[in-house]
Amino acid sequence: MLNYDLAVIGGGPAGMAAALEAKENGVEKIIILERAATLGGILEQCIHAGFGLHYFKEELSGPEYAYRFIEKVKATDIDVKVDTMVLTIEEGNKITATNNVDGLIEISAKAIVLAMGCRERPRGAINIAGSRCSGIMTAGTAQKYVNIDGYMPGHKIVILGSGDIGLIMARRMSLEGAKVQMVCELQPYSNGLTRNIVQCLDDMGIPLKLSCTVVATHGKERLEGVTIADVDEKLCPIPGTERFVECDTLLLSIGLIPENELTRMAGIDLDRVTNGAVVDEYRQTSKEGVFACGNVLQVHDLVDYVTIESKLAGKGAAKYIKGESEKGEYIETQGINGVRYIVPQKINSKTDDDVNLYFRVGSVYKGAKIVVTCGDKVILSKKRPRMCPSEMETVTIKKDVIESIPAGEKLTVRVEE
Amino acid sequence: MIKNIICVSCPMGCPITVELSDSGEVINVTGNTCPRGKAYAITECTAPTRMLTSTVKVNGGRTAMVPVKTSKPIPKGMMFDIMKEINSVEVNSPVAIGQVIIENVLDTGADVIATNED
Repeated sequence: MLNYDLAVIGGGPAGMAAALEAKENGVEKIIILERAATLGGILEQCIHAGFGLHYFKEELSGPEYAYRFIEKVKATDIDVKVDTMVLTIEEGNKITATNNVDGLIEISAKAIVLAMGCRERPRGAINIAGSRCSGIMTAGTAQKYVNIDGYMPGHKIVILGSGDIGLIMARRMSLEGAKVQMVCELQPYSNGLTRNIVQCLDDMGIPLKLSCTVVATHGKERLEGVTIADVDEKLCPIPGTERFVECDTLLLSIGLIPENELTRMAGIDLDRVTNGAVVDEYRQTSKEGVFACGNVLQVHDLVDYVTIESKLAGKGAAKYIKGESEKGEYIETQGINGVRYIVPQKINSKTDDDVNLYFRVGSVYKGAKIVVTCGDKVILSKKRPRMCPSEMETVTIKKDVIESIPAGEKLTVRVEE
Repeated sequence: MIKNIICVSCPMGCPITVELSDSGEVINVTGNTCPRGKAYAITECTAPTRMLTSTVKVNGGRTAMVPVKTSKPIPKGMMFDIMKEINSVEVNSPVAIGQVIIENVLDTGADVIATNED
């Protein structure tokens, strides 16, 4: 049995930021357990620029953003085990992991940070009719083939879903000589960042078809084409709008799922909207001493926000390990009327700092207001020129406001048009 | 000539209309809701630039490819020409992050540099 103060599961941007912050806050023995061969997580294959604009105030590529943290981790005495898969988390923060060198590893830690990230929704999640021919894959899989392994998975491409990975891959495949026929999006609005629509689709002359989906795939050995159809306001295909589009590759960019198998196994409460753990303002889960941050907690648009959130978790873990955690009542947060969820789901009434609430809205709003209330009292009301589901929103609740909330009251966030 | 663009300066995504003379000079900008929008629209219609990122083959490295980027934004219209240059070179491991792979690519004043080690 190895003994650590803090074990971090996942060595992507979330895990590295949490481990570094814990170290800076005086935690001594820290280990990062990473499934892949290197630290860095998904950033290693995100070779495009646009990372770090908020956190570093400069535009970096994914590997460059990761490198800054990898170098910092290397400069500390944080232990790192790569190629290591965590199998279970048991009662008393006991972790069982395995790798080729050590065999089975047992680790006991005072605190754990869950930073396993997320994975892409696969074809099976949306049940497209057709055979299992080659040429159908998630956009992230294609990204790995092109950017890491160095080969093109196809030449004539249709992309389903306007998530950012899909848009980034539309440009990437075009630059490498492929013909990207179109991006189809089920919703009447895009699910990606505006700048990606402009710089990935408009630049390359790729049409974005809104309220449109793929209803069938064709081909036996290799994909030969897809049938697309327009959808109605209930997102159901409209009969008679079906048409054939020739392609040898279908890339799916239809959403991300936080990888919470370990979290579930550990009996931690999950939020059914985020599919991540229910956490407090330091990202502590329902299990004392277990924290969660990054895309395993909620899918973020920008890695910069992952870093900010993970530093909170690292700081919270350090406070817990040193016995300095706040001991107050929890105030619940609640999103209503257009606000789909809020992270954190609860706030300690004796918290030592202002708290940012992160949330997403359910549809596109122009000129609407975000209103935070507690009972009948309006705590803050802010006008937002534009809000959409693909861009995470945030409001800051001051520490003194939190302290003044009576026990048992909820903090409610809503959209007011 | 009229050009319709979407501003990417912030999440608002304002639809901006730019009126251009026959020689390509900006006559009028409408639809922007702030000065940044106007500045973006003018650059975008007169001399648009982009950061270009791609990969270069590595011999004997940890992975088959090393990611690269242009050291500064390059003219938008030259993206495909620069891609050809990038795809015509190979490097030998070890590659350091920031290492220049192609100097002053196609006289743009931008270098193609590695964005990871390999």
